[in-house]
Parts: sequence; structure tokens; C-alpha cells
Amino acid sequence: MPQVTLTVNGKTASVEVEGRTLLVELLRDKLGLTGTHVGCDTSQCGACVVHVDGKAVKSCTMLAVQANGAAVTTIEGLAAADGTLHPMQEAFRENHALQCGFCTPGMVMSAIDIVATHPDGLSEAEIRHCLEGNLCRCTGYHNIVKAVSAAWPVMHGKVAAE
Amino acid sequence: MNVIAPITPDSEILHPRGLRVAGHSAAQDSARKQVAGEALYIDDMPEPRDLLHAYIRLSDHAHARIVKLDVSAAAASLGVAAVLTARDVPGVNDVGPAFPGDPIFADGLVEYAGQSVFAVAADSIALARQAAMRAVLEYEPLPPVLTIREALAQQFFVLPSQKMQRGDAAAALAAAPQRLQGRIVVGGQEHFYLEGQIAMAVPGEDHDIKVYSSTQHPTEVQHLVARALAVPDHAVICETRRMGGAFGGKESQASLYAAIAALLAAKTGRPVKLRLDRDDDMKLTGKRHDFEIEWDVGFDATGRITGIAFMLAGNCGMSPDLSGAINDRAMFHSDNAYYLDAVSIVSHRCKTHTVSNTAFRGFGGPQGMVGIEAVMDAIARHLKRDPLQVRRRNFYGKRDRNITPYHMTVEDNVIPEIVAELARTSEYAKRRQEIAAFNAGSPWVKRGLALTPVKFGISFTLTRMNQAGALLHVYTDGSVMLNHGGTEMGQGLFTKVAQVAAEEFGIDLDRVKITATTTEKVPNTSPTAASSGSDLNGKAAQAAARIIRERIAKVIAKQWGVAAGDIVFRDGELRCGPHAMRFSEAAKHTHAARVSLSSTGYYATPKIHYDTKLHQGRPFYYFAYGASVSEVEVDTLTGEYRLRRVDILHDAGASLNPALDLGQIEGGYVQGMGWLTTEELWWDAQGRLRTHAPSTYKIPAVGDVPQDFRVALWKRGRNRENAIYRSKAVGEPPLMHGISAFQALVDAVASCGEGVVQLDAPATPERVLMAIAARRGG
Repeated sequence: MPQVTLTVNGKTASVEVEGRTLLVELLRDKLGLTGTHVGCDTSQCGACVVHVDGKAVKSCTMLAVQANGAAVTTIEGLAAADGTLHPMQEAFRENHALQCGFCTPGMVMSAIDIVATHPDGLSEAEIRHCLEGNLCRCTGYHNIVKAVSAAWPVMHGKVAAE
Repeated sequence: MNVIAPITPDSEILHPRGLRVAGHSAAQDSARKQVAGEALYIDDMPEPRDLLHAYIRLSDHAHARIVKLDVSAAAASLGVAAVLTARDVPGVNDVGPAFPGDPIFADGLVEYAGQSVFAVAADSIALARQAAMRAVLEYEPLPPVLTIREALAQQFFVLPSQKMQRGDAAAALAAAPQRLQGRIVVGGQEHFYLEGQIAMAVPGEDHDIKVYSSTQHPTEVQHLVARALAVPDHAVICETRRMGGAFGGKESQASLYAAIAALLAAKTGRPVKLRLDRDDDMKLTGKRHDFEIEWDVGFDATGRITGIAFMLAGNCGMSPDLSGAINDRAMFHSDNAYYLDAVSIVSHRCKTHTVSNTAFRGFGGPQGMVGIEAVMDAIARHLKRDPLQVRRRNFYGKRDRNITPYHMTVEDNVIPEIVAELARTSEYAKRRQEIAAFNAGSPWVKRGLALTPVKFGISFTLTRMNQAGALLHVYTDGSVMLNHGGTEMGQGLFTKVAQVAAEEFGIDLDRVKITATTTEKVPNTSPTAASSGSDLNGKAAQAAARIIRERIAKVIAKQWGVAAGDIVFRDGELRCGPHAMRFSEAAKHTHAARVSLSSTGYYATPKIHYDTKLHQGRPFYYFAYGASVSEVEVDTLTGEYRLRRVDILHDAGASLNPALDLGQIEGGYVQGMGWLTTEELWWDAQGRLRTHAPSTYKIPAVGDVPQDFRVALWKRGRNRENAIYRSKAVGEPPLMHGISAFQALVDAVASCGEGVVQLDAPATPERVLMAIAARRGG
């Protein structure tokens, strides 16, 4: 079986996987990082989004071997060591941007990528456009959009995080 | 402020300065864990040693006899620990919640494509699936009944037809100044909870089984698992910490997966996890009932209804499941917010060879409402009036015109006030004119506007289900452990009930620990359904807290030489005149005085009763109200549309938690709008569901929700009945605000021609296009 070596949330991991093992299976089953969820099994709902080399990726649509040598960040790797939440996590909590919470990890990971790739400003319409690949069945998205808007200035240092 | 008083009804006097914890927008109890990926759903729990994974083999036919089932190749397959068929169930091979008819494994006959035939447990899900496909399964196909039309023609029903009536509808129709007839088809809906069905069963000593189940109804899972295993209920524990969404889909239909996992665990002596893949989940599990509704209405020149007859035909699928109560609720809401003077409602519970349809937010009520709203629109188009005018003309009255078709008096009607306020804040009249002007100047792009009301009955219509229990412990450090029969599916129930406990003790919310729902702590519970979760469990927790509070007060009153009733619990303290003591101190003193700091609490909803044969009584404790306005824009050359703006005003009573309630309203609207617009279930001619993944079944994405979305709680809201702190249930009612999106599309279609609009739901772009084409003469 192929050996995959990658960095996950700053730690190096070297794992034997089957060729067909998906990145999400490696994260959940081999590394015990179960914050990344599987919602639809077919790369549509976005619950499994993680960052691979800084970019948002649906981890159920990528083979583990394709992540060989990559730096992966999952929802568990966002908060600071002292437990301080990432501004996007804080914004989701503050803005009641979740109900059942199952889509939340993927939603947060996608949202961070969206904010990061829009350093010059981010309109509500852009947020809506970029979040189309993440499904939520509970909230009606209203508070999710609010949370992403609220996190933008914090992530780009335009206001002090509270 | 918490003044000690006997366990008597709340009143304004009890809370002269308002609530301190309840009534505030506390964040969802798990929010921090959920944003950090630390909240555990069943699939995230650490896996026990020797865990097996289960896979269910689904039937390929909608209706067929199984002529051969040979599982020997599956049993001999790599990594397989057990294969179970109908013959291997030691107890009852049925998980029907109210009536039999839902076999755990098909026994010689399959009645829907996707039905569970047998299950395999193996070392991995891949091995289990491979093994299951190796079994030999041969069928003799039988002719299926697949549609409501066929079922009606053959009088093929899962339960007997019902009739609800008040007055003489036939005579009123015959004498009506004007009369219209029509028909509307209303599609079903897939729940699409983000966390699919899942259960994990862990065997223990004495053949006991602990089942972790993603269910709204742990008690029923416990009972049905025990029945399947042929063991007493006390041998089975069902635990549910949280669900990743449910929406009714895990009220009765989580049991099958819990039962299969438990049967395999009992057989192998090893823990078993059963998690459905999304496609299998969509094929295996029941959905919202699709309906065909026929109506015949008489009315006067002002649009006021003088008589009406409804025929409701609900597609129950292959078994009764909860269809009796669901179709009842469709009848109960065929009036929505309107007084129907002479009314007859006939309800047929159609059987088809499709998956057994089940509870879904609104529980039949939304289908009934879609029917009467179509009638309102038809009358308005016929009379060339604004539909809102006709709706208002028919609203329930306050002192007269206030009897429902089931002979209950509506005592708490606030719909005229809510609609008046929303019409004003949404600038309905002005926008109506603007849209008329826009449409007059725009031949191809048309706009539509609609305001629809919601009146939704709160209580389980099966009276005995309206009860709840709670278990509360105060520890000697003053911290509180709370448990109750309700389940958390994202609605924020745990937070609301914890707010109640904190309020009663006058302590901070973070002093209350919320624990997983388990049949070990609170037994014989009702499902968390019918929007009743906080009404029932909030009251039960309040009762438990008040029992303990009185005990503490008595002990401390003796020390202080004051009357127990004069002690106030507030800001983490007990106070009376010059005396003050920390709540934690008081708990220590109470324990030292050898007085129990633990109690159960119980609640049963008062006032309700119902005769299920005559369809008369008071099935509901109270009604929840609200109204919404949707504006759409339609490209009449393609049928494509988008929502331009939505305004909602909703009555959550004196809200227990405004932020959580607003979340329910926003999410409910979007889910209702999805049901009536883009969410189309499609079965092929063989009865196989072809929309079994989000690639083909379209729930609303963020881009489908209007940017201009104005949602408000009705500030004057206050429950006339003694519900917990005068709040109102808010889980289901907002879903029906989605009807305004549908009616706005009807309005846009109406602008393309004359007369009554024929548009069925879901109003997909294709249907909208066809409706426009029909109106423009092809």
C-alpha cells in the first residue's frame, strides 16, 4: 500500500493508505480528525472542505495520495494553541450562523478561503457566489453570509478582533 | 426575577421585571464546539474496539415477490462477521411506529424500490458492501401502483379515509352566488438532513445493548429495538446527544437503522455502526407526502367563502408509518387562517409501491395550506381582485366566525394585526402598484408579489403524546445537571431548556450542564416533534427546578427566620431583606440539612382533547401565527426566476430566545420555498427514485436566497395560554411562509394573461414556463 506523508495542522503524518483512500478518509479514519464531515459522499455538499496548501478543497473529491507532500489544514487546526478561535469561527458563533452544525466545519473552511482570496473587499453578492458549493439545510444562509462579512475586516486587520 | 411560589401558572406578576436568562439570545449551547469541529456526531465518536460496519442491500423492484435469496456467498465473503435476513430476527421483524407494515428485512415481498432486504456486517464498509452484492437475489415482478391517481382509482389505501365537516357544504355550494372548482398537485420533499441516518450499537453484559442513534425519538428506538431483539425495554438504552439535522425524517424512520445495527451487534457480540451513504439514504427513507387536492368553493361577490369542499389525497407510500396523523394534520390546516362556514374535508390515505412517506416539518399541515391558498388566489383572479383583499375578507374573526372545521374555537387570533403590520412595513400596496407598472412596460420579464398568512396548531394531535419529563440535579458546588426527553437537532432546544433551568434558579446559563438525551435518565418520552420540544420539556424542566428551589428555600428560610416564599433567587444568590447567600452555599446547606437536591419534573399539556372518529374537539393548545411577503421576477421565455425580496413577521409569543427563533424562521422559510420551487422528486416508470443525490435533487443554495431578506419577530407576541414564559413554538410554522414564494410565482404567471392560474408545486422553471405558455395560448 502506498505511503502518504503530509503535514496536517502543522504536524507531520506518515500513513499507509490504499490507492483508493480519499483524503477525507485519511483525515477522519487514520488521523482521528472527525471535525471534517461527510455529508453527501459525492463532492457536492461541501461539509468536507479542508485547506490543501492554503486552498479550499472538498476532501471527499481528492485521493489521499494526491495530498502527498501537501500541507493540510482542517477545522481542528484553526484555533490558536490557547483555544482562541479563528476570526471566522468566532464570527460564525457570534452571528448564530449555525444550527445543527454539521455543515459548519466545511462552511468555515470555505469562508476563510473566500475572505483570503478577496483582500480588497468582499461584497455580499461575492460571498453568495463563492459559497454556492456549500449546502446548509437549517439556517437559510442569512446568518452565514453575515458571519463571513463580519470576519472579513478582522481577517484583513481592518478592525481589532474582540 | 424569581419569587418563590408554589408550582402555579406563570403570570406577569411572577416576572415583574422580565426574565434574566430566558428570553435572551444565548448562543446555541454547542456553537463553540461546532465551529471548532469538536462537537461529536455519531460518526465522529471514537470507534469501539472490533467495530463492524453494516451495509443494507436494497431491493431493485418497486413491487415483487422474492423468489430466491441465497446469502451464502455474502456470508463467505472476506471480512464478513454476519449476514441477517428476515428469518434471522429473533423478535418482531417490523419497525412500524404506530401500525405494522415496515419490515426490518423484506420477508418474501418487496413493496418499494430501495427497501431493505438483508444486511451484512463486516470489518469495513467496503467489505460489507462487496459481500452484500455477492448474494443471489431473484424476483418475480408484480404490477406496482405508483401514483396517487392509480391508488385513488383502485381505492388502494394504507388506512381508512376520513371526513371532517361543519355545516352543510353541499347545500352551501348549491346555493352559492359564485362557484369555482380546481385541483392542485403538491410534490413531496426529501429531508436532506446534512447528517444522514446513522446508528451504532454496542453490546454489553446480560445481552444488553446500547444504541447511539441519530433519532428524534429515543424512546421509540429503544422500544422497537427491544421488540426486534425479543428482550425487555430495560435491556436497551438509546442515547442521542445531537443530530446533524432531522426535520421529521428521524422521528419514526431512524428506528430501522438502530434495529439493524442492534440485531447485528447481538448476533456477533461486537459493536456495529450503520451509516447510510447519501444515495442509499435518499432511496431508503420516506419523504414529505405528495398530495393531490381537489376543491369546490362557493363565494360571494366580495370573495367571501360561503361553502367549500376539499378532497385531499396523500401519497403514504407502502405502509402507514405516521401517515394517519400526517393526513389528519393536512385536514386540520385546510382552513389555514380562514373561517370556512360550511365545510367538508375528505382525506384519502393512498397506498403506493414507493417508500413510506413520513413526518417532515409541518407534518401534512403545509400541504393543506397550499390547497386553501390556491383557492384564495383562484377566487381573487376570478373576481379580478388583489389576492390579499380576498385573504383578508376570509380571515377568522375574533368573536364570531371563529370556529374551525374541527369545531375548535380560535381564541387567540392575531392574524389581522400581523398582516396589517406586515403589509405596512413591507409596503405591500405601494409595491403592488410598482409591480403592475413594471409588468405593463416589460413584455418578457414579469414580477409577482404575494402575502400569505400562517396559522399553525400547536400540540401533538394524538393527545397522549403531549407529556414530558425532566431530571435535574443540583450539586453541592451549585452547578446543575439537566436532562430531559427532548432531542437536539440544531433547533436550539437544549439551550432553551437550559435557559429555563437557569432562570428558575437565578443562576448563569453556564452553570447548567446540558447532557445527552438517554432513555436511562428520562423514560417513556414523546418524540421531539410537532414543534413541541421547548413547550413540553421547558415546562418539565421548570417543574423539576421549582421543586428543588422550594426545598432549598425552605432550608435557608429556617436559618434566616423568614418565610420561604419571600426568598428571591437572582444573580446567583438567594436574597431576602438583609440576608443574602450564594446559590452554591445554599446548595451545600440544603445537602447538609439532608434534603434532596435532585428531582424529576413532569408536564402534561392541559385543555386538549380530540375525538378522532368525529374529527371534533380541541386538538391544539394554541396557534402560532405569522405572515410573509415574497417578490419574484420571472423570465417568461425560460421560466427561470429569482426572489427579489422577502419580508416575514412571525409570532413566537414572548420569545424564549430571539436569535434562535429568528434562525428557525429564516431556515424554515427557505426550506418551505425550496419544497415549492426547486425540490423535485422524480421516480421512473418502474418506481425507482432517480433524484437520489444533491446533483439531481436541488435544495436551496445560498444564491437562491434573496439578499433582501427582512425577518422580524412580532413584538406584541405573547402566548395567551400558559406556555413556558408565554412563548410560542417556532419549529414548524415558519416553513409555511414559503407558500408566499409559490404564490408570488403564481402572481407573476397571472400577469401573462387572464383568469385563474393553474400551477402545480414544485413550481420548477419548467412548470412555470408551461403555465405561462398555457396562459399565452401555447
